[in-house]
Amino acid sequence: MGLLDKEFSDGNIIITTTEDLFNWARLSSLWQVGFGLACCAIEMMATSASHYDFDRFGVIPRPSPRQSDVIIVSGTVTLKMALRVKRLYEQMPDPKYVISMGSCSNCGGPYWEHGYHVLKGVDRVIPVDVYVPGCPPRPEALLEGLLKLQEKIRNESMVKKST
Amino acid sequence: MKNTEEIFLILKNNFPDSELTLKTDIPAEPFIIVSPFDVDKISLFLRDNSELQFDSLMCLSGVDDFNGQKIKDEAGNEIMQGGTLSVYYHLESTSLRHKVVLKTSTSRDNPEVVSVSEIWQAANWHEREAYDMFGIKFINHPDLRRILMPYDWEFGYPLRKDYQNPEFYQGMKVPY
Repeated sequence: MGLLDKEFSDGNIIITTTEDLFNWARLSSLWQVGFGLACCAIEMMATSASHYDFDRFGVIPRPSPRQSDVIIVSGTVTLKMALRVKRLYEQMPDPKYVISMGSCSNCGGPYWEHGYHVLKGVDRVIPVDVYVPGCPPRPEALLEGLLKLQEKIRNESMVKKST
Repeated sequence: MKNTEEIFLILKNNFPDSELTLKTDIPAEPFIIVSPFDVDKISLFLRDNSELQFDSLMCLSGVDDFNGQKIKDEAGNEIMQGGTLSVYYHLESTSLRHKVVLKTSTSRDNPEVVSVSEIWQAANWHEREAYDMFGIKFINHPDLRRILMPYDWEFGYPLRKDYQNPEFYQGMKVPY
């Protein structure tokens, strides 16, 4: 919790700032776009499953970009798919966040030189908040990436977005 | 169960006008070279003949032989002029349990091969892939579109050995 339990008065009233309240609400229920691209998506699904339980951080896959807060780009972004990924991102409402998962999505990965069909990093089409390295990253690594994103949101200001 | 030599003799007797060659002096399994415009007739015979019964097309692959003349284009890139592109057909009979490999070569400048998608449905997408990657046109194919690359890809055929990747696609930078 951290931010909300700073001050309690007798009548069960919590005193905080709107900024902290909004940030807390945002970081505690990050709904992800329910989509996956390649083998990283298998790890992402494993992270959602009972053993690693993404849901305990408020992350659930949402089958519509219009009701999602975060898009996890999990896998090889081909040039054909890049246009679709961009459209999914544009359909999401603000505030929206991007986690780039795995080497392919970060920089092209093993396809960096001879992959005639691969976009060399999803950050060429959409702005990325957190990069998770690995090929594919283990669920622990993705969880770490999510915690980094939560940290980023926690320090956000309504006046200026944190970098 | 028949080996490639026996199958070749059966084909030779039934198609006296076709150019058929048996190639055995290679480390891999032997194959039969056929003309690109006879592929459909020979395939239909291979499927329906009671001694052969090739009911399954296991694989259909395109190959860039890269055996033409290397020249430089205006930008100084090495490109290939002339030469051939090939298509390999791996067939199997699930009832008689024998296999055969067919090969056909077509010119690189105007690559045309007759489609076998009416004979084996499996060929439909395989031929689309060979078209997508090598630009081999399959005559009589019901739906010859790109299958893996974007439909509006206009920068050539990626698995040809002299292929040059474009600098940009739809505003996205392609090279690393």
